[in-house]
Amino acid sequence: MIYLDNAATSWPKPPEVLRAMADFLECSGGNPGRSGHRLSVAAARVMYNAREAVAELFNVPDPLRVIFAPNVTYALNLVLRGLLKAGDQVVTTSMEHNSVMRPLRAWQASGGGLKVVRCSREGRLDIECLRATVNPGTRLVVVTHASNVTGNLMPLAEIAAIAHRAGALLLVDAAQTAGVVPIDQPAQGIDFLAFTGHKGMQGPPGTGGLVLGEAVDAAQLQPLIRGGTGSGSEFEEQPEMLPDKYESGTPNGVGIAGLGAGVRYVLNRGVAAVRAHEVELTGLLLAGLRGIPGVTIYGPGSAAEMTAVVSCCLVGHSVSEVGERLDEEFGILTRVGLHCAPAAHKTIGTFPDGTIRLAPGPFTSQSDIHQILRAIEVIARS
Amino acid sequence: MSAYGVLLFHNSSSAMQAEAVLMRAGLKVKLVPTPRHLSSDCGVALRFDWESNTEIDTLLAKHRVDVAGAYPLDRK
Repeated sequence: MIYLDNAATSWPKPPEVLRAMADFLECSGGNPGRSGHRLSVAAARVMYNAREAVAELFNVPDPLRVIFAPNVTYALNLVLRGLLKAGDQVVTTSMEHNSVMRPLRAWQASGGGLKVVRCSREGRLDIECLRATVNPGTRLVVVTHASNVTGNLMPLAEIAAIAHRAGALLLVDAAQTAGVVPIDQPAQGIDFLAFTGHKGMQGPPGTGGLVLGEAVDAAQLQPLIRGGTGSGSEFEEQPEMLPDKYESGTPNGVGIAGLGAGVRYVLNRGVAAVRAHEVELTGLLLAGLRGIPGVTIYGPGSAAEMTAVVSCCLVGHSVSEVGERLDEEFGILTRVGLHCAPAAHKTIGTFPDGTIRLAPGPFTSQSDIHQILRAIEVIARS
Repeated sequence: MSAYGVLLFHNSSSAMQAEAVLMRAGLKVKLVPTPRHLSSDCGVALRFDWESNTEIDTLLAKHRVDVAGAYPLDRK
């Protein structure tokens, strides 16, 4: 079996992730931050160590500004629903996932201001168009770091400069890049960095979170839910301290233990090394696909400009047929269709049919790439 | 003079952060249940050698760790 669906969730996980999760249940199964006994303390320490690992991955100076959440969708909703007030304008791109687009369309339906900057058919953001759209009335600029459909990497530094010049904050959806593309949150001027734990960060599903940049005043960001935090228990009001303000209820300790181990794996291997591996595989994939008659490749078409996410179609074959045959006949697992990103597919001209998405990961080999290319060639000739 | 002191915190994340910062600096500290005569928001406190009080203050301030207070602890 060859797993090429790492853009949906990474697989396999490093063995240390599985061990850390079993260890958590066996050796530190208390409720973190709730009690003073050894199992509660052990659990709190595991949570803190994971926070430190995430902070190190993104070069965040204060680990307590790393907020854990069930997934990146929760983190994105936390900002979009906790920050925006009547009269605010939001600017985003036409390459966003529904985790951004759906909360923003709901915001718009309730009277909120929204402008969507149209990207090119190759999925590229026109930075001048963004510059012309962002103005002093803009409260928030929301961009994906890389498209989950075409892999296009967005020019974060330029986007941050445009947002900040207008006095707006920048929210980055790093679902596709955290752990596989170097991210320096302070240097790149990312005010809100939303991440998922179960993709490039190598953690289990059910983990993700939000990093609050130093420029963000937490008093401006309302929590999505309120409840018990183990702190300030004498008060019936939600505490303001971080990370407690945004982490009500018993956390997913077992998942966060796995996330911490996954991020340590990535840090030990090196994000730059993972990135180099994925650029090489993406280059091979693109070159191979170009040599197969009937294949159309979407996106920028150059590995340096994208993550390891290649969208393509095969003339004369529906994407669902190709996906099914890759799985049934060749044991190759991909994701076909719209990838929860209708706006992106409209932008690149593949709506409503979608594409075949090939997403190698840190554990994919060159031989895996040769096999997928051979399989697509066989299907193309049939 | 007391042999030990305890640091109190508003939340357990700060207690863990203090533990990590101080242990990395080579200081002898231990997470203990908050002594009952001291009120605290958080169930755990960090016990330390009282003679390191000044050094600990400096380190925690440098790392911007939120501390609710430091109290001498009489040895029983």
